[in-house]
Amino acid sequence: MVEGARPVTGASPAPDAAGLGRARATGFLVPAMVLILVFLVVPAAWTIYLGVTNYRLTGLAAAHPEVVGLDNYTRALGDERFRTSLLLTLQFVLGSAVIGQAGLGFAIAFALRDRRGPLRRVVEGFVLLSWILPSSVVAFLWIALLDRDAGTLNALLGIPGTAWLLDHPMLSIIVFNTWRGTAFSMMLYAAALENVPRSHLETARLAGASTWQQLRDVVFPRIRGHVLTNLLLISLWTFNDFAPFLITAGGPEQRSEILPVYVYKVALSGGELGFGAAISFVMLLINLVIALVYLRMLGRRKESA
Amino acid sequence: MTTDTATVEPTRPTVAVRHVLARIGRYTFLCAVLAFFALPLLWLATAPFDDTPTVTASLPRFTLDNFRALLDNPYALGSLLNSVYLAAGTAALVVTFAALAAYALSRVRVPGRDALLYGLLLLSSIVTGTATMVPLFELAFRLNLIDSRLGVILILSGGLLPAAIFILKDFMDSTPTSYEESARVFGASPLQIMRHIVVPLVRPGLATVGVWAVANVWGNFLVPFLLLRGPDKAPAAVIMYTLYTEGGQADLRLLSTFSLLYSLPVALMFVFVSSRYGFRFHGGIKR
Amino acid sequence: MSAITMRELTKVYPGGVRALDALDLEIADGEFFALLGPSGCGKTTLLRTIAGLEVASAGSVRIGGRDVTNLPPGKRDVAMVFQDYALFPHMTVRDNIAYPLRIKKVDRRSRGSKAADTADELGLSGLLERRPGQLSGGQQQRVALARAMACHPQVFLLDEPLSNLDARLRLEARTFLKRLQRELGVTTVFVTHDQAEALALADRIAVMEGGRIRQVGTPTEVFRRPANTFVAGFIGSTPMNLIDARVHGDELAVAGARLPLPDGAPGQVSDGERLVYGIRPEYLDYSPTAVPGALTGEVVVVENLGSVSLVSLDVPGDHAGASDEAGAGDDSGAGRTSVQVVVPEGGEPEPGDTGWAVPRPGRSLLYRDGNLVTAAAGVPAPRADATVRS
Repeated sequence: MVEGARPVTGASPAPDAAGLGRARATGFLVPAMVLILVFLVVPAAWTIYLGVTNYRLTGLAAAHPEVVGLDNYTRALGDERFRTSLLLTLQFVLGSAVIGQAGLGFAIAFALRDRRGPLRRVVEGFVLLSWILPSSVVAFLWIALLDRDAGTLNALLGIPGTAWLLDHPMLSIIVFNTWRGTAFSMMLYAAALENVPRSHLETARLAGASTWQQLRDVVFPRIRGHVLTNLLLISLWTFNDFAPFLITAGGPEQRSEILPVYVYKVALSGGELGFGAAISFVMLLINLVIALVYLRMLGRRKESA
Repeated sequence: MTTDTATVEPTRPTVAVRHVLARIGRYTFLCAVLAFFALPLLWLATAPFDDTPTVTASLPRFTLDNFRALLDNPYALGSLLNSVYLAAGTAALVVTFAALAAYALSRVRVPGRDALLYGLLLLSSIVTGTATMVPLFELAFRLNLIDSRLGVILILSGGLLPAAIFILKDFMDSTPTSYEESARVFGASPLQIMRHIVVPLVRPGLATVGVWAVANVWGNFLVPFLLLRGPDKAPAAVIMYTLYTEGGQADLRLLSTFSLLYSLPVALMFVFVSSRYGFRFHGGIKR
Repeated sequence: MSAITMRELTKVYPGGVRALDALDLEIADGEFFALLGPSGCGKTTLLRTIAGLEVASAGSVRIGGRDVTNLPPGKRDVAMVFQDYALFPHMTVRDNIAYPLRIKKVDRRSRGSKAADTADELGLSGLLERRPGQLSGGQQQRVALARAMACHPQVFLLDEPLSNLDARLRLEARTFLKRLQRELGVTTVFVTHDQAEALALADRIAVMEGGRIRQVGTPTEVFRRPANTFVAGFIGSTPMNLIDARVHGDELAVAGARLPLPDGAPGQVSDGERLVYGIRPEYLDYSPTAVPGALTGEVVVVENLGSVSLVSLDVPGDHAGASDEAGAGDDSGAGRTSVQVVVPEGGEPEPGDTGWAVPRPGRSLLYRDGNLVTAAAGVPAPRADATVRS
């Protein structure tokens, strides 16, 4: 933005360049911090409290919720539906994020690595488009695509009558989420691949390495940090993704009921706010673990840089 | 050893063959990718202009009549306005508050700054709308924000602010302090410095955060779905969902044109941003 | 009157770094004053403290008789040109120059014409509607100067004014800057790490190290008579020869040679005392034949510097490193060191030759514990410049 090289002036960066003063600076911080406190910190803390009550949306427990201790948690552990949901979520994250988005994203980035021009722009454009369109629109696009009688997919495959969403709900939302989220991985890997020196790849090629050997010996060691970053971030996002609700609503018979959908159904449709909060808290803990691993890695990378 | 040299000999021609095969393989793969990503989008491109739209994507018999369905539906156009209202409100709030906070954090040694930033980063990644929908609903209920667009704006802003502060602080850190110091030596007051110098300097950063906030709110389904009761206040994301889930045969004319109209702003914004700045989003920018 | 007076000025950063250490300094009205020193010596901190961008931890700053120690920068009536010029990239050249007037609530029309006038003076007339990004480095510098001039401050503060220009442009800008300061006659303080720049521009120089001032003087004074070995090593394009020496009666044993005691030394030193002998390469005359009272040794390196050559003679003795202020107190005589001599064109020796280097009268210096022994007595007064002395 600024012309020419700007040498770093002085050893100690001057604090408070505009003469704002600490009081005004605090004033600048307050509005944002209040919003964050009220709508991010309080809900997180409240989840813990609600999780140990029998609070309900309606009825007697709505007016006078009682603290029931860890009942909600023991109930969840014994609940077949919760355990299934957890298992489905694991499938969803592994299938659509780790394998689907990261795998496909890397493959696209690698196939496009030294290409410029229209093909790259078109491919990237479509991948990005599927990422930025509103989720309720893309959800319907997939419902239309997978429609049993008139869906484009069945028409193309010549197998009308295949009810993808009823017969293979998990597969459907996994493929859907792969389609929806590949863009991020693709862009991240494309940036990472640009950092792999050409000369390294050329050296490997001269030595007669196959594509697979090049990937294993030259590319992967250099982008390991990006791979980990990517996997953690997309796992976190996929784990918290509510969009499958828009396609299958968890059905049929809860066969695609991943945790976010489960919480919604139990707490807000079913009215069991206390129990739902307990499940939410489990989700928060899982998020926390992923985020901590990510932040530790980020810190380590900054140190070594 | 001998077998080794024997196998090396015939590889000379196969190198060329392998090269061609790799090329073919690569193009086949890219075509498959293109098909996979384009296929679901086809319907969005064709159905709105088809005089008898079905759920199958097909070459349309061209018409613009379908767009009349938008006018017939009582909520369609209103919901787009609601979306604009929510997106604009949230973006304004997020940009203003995040810019103020980021400036203070970037330029003044606030005690505990590093811990605060770390905490914000952690919070913004773990406290998602999905994981806290129960207390958010509860909170909105207690604060009398159920069925209030202001409630949606506040909750969305709270969620977007940490990342926005991060992006903007990065931006401000990379702006030299000598601009502000220079103005200060000339006698400008802190508020004059903000108005004359800082805001124009970081305007690209403010625009980035604004666009990012709009894109996030425009597509957000969960928060308005949880908090807004009636269809008159619902944004396009929710109306879109009700259009194809409510009982009876879905009106495909309405659905297709509405989808297109609702998608168009973000698609245009994307084209604009990518042509102007290149489409480079940092990690964590989209939640 | 806009003299600047600093008393006991101290700046301690959080964390205990002492950037300025009880510093006393007076800068006269209309003077062109240089703050010179290596990076981290506190020169920029001093400039910023004068500007008010840093708040002094102790001591006072007065500008034109007014105590400004606790005034904010905008109330000190100073203008500062930053190292990166800090031209606002979103404003045109005209708006940049007029900015100080805008802050002073001058109406739009008169500040526009004032900006145009100032730009004219600095040869920027055709560039008023451009943005800083469209200007060359030299033009940017002049816009920054114009902006500083536009509000007629009592004092100009320039932070490394030439460091962002490339080498050729720098010389041109140096001459321009000196002339401009002469014409305006405004008290000007500038910071530089380049001793040649300080010598060329300034009326007086303060050489700084570690938050303290090591010497204040005219360029001639600091060049000819550095007050200590730090200044001796820092000033000059070739560092001063500093060699261990011992007093022998009225003579000095240096690098295997006997030299007469320098002017002003008799009475100041005692027989047998170990000292450091200092002589600039420029003040040694080379001779291919033996001469009395000369340093002698084998020519080891000849470096061509254009119109002159720098000749290194290998002599017995120990080099008292310029930064080694403690002086070499331990036994010497066993080692070898080199003496550098500036030789005019035509007289260059070949490596391997034996050469003699004769110190010019009145240019030899003696340092004890890093400080100049030979006080000013008997030395011709440096350039008598009326504007320099306050």
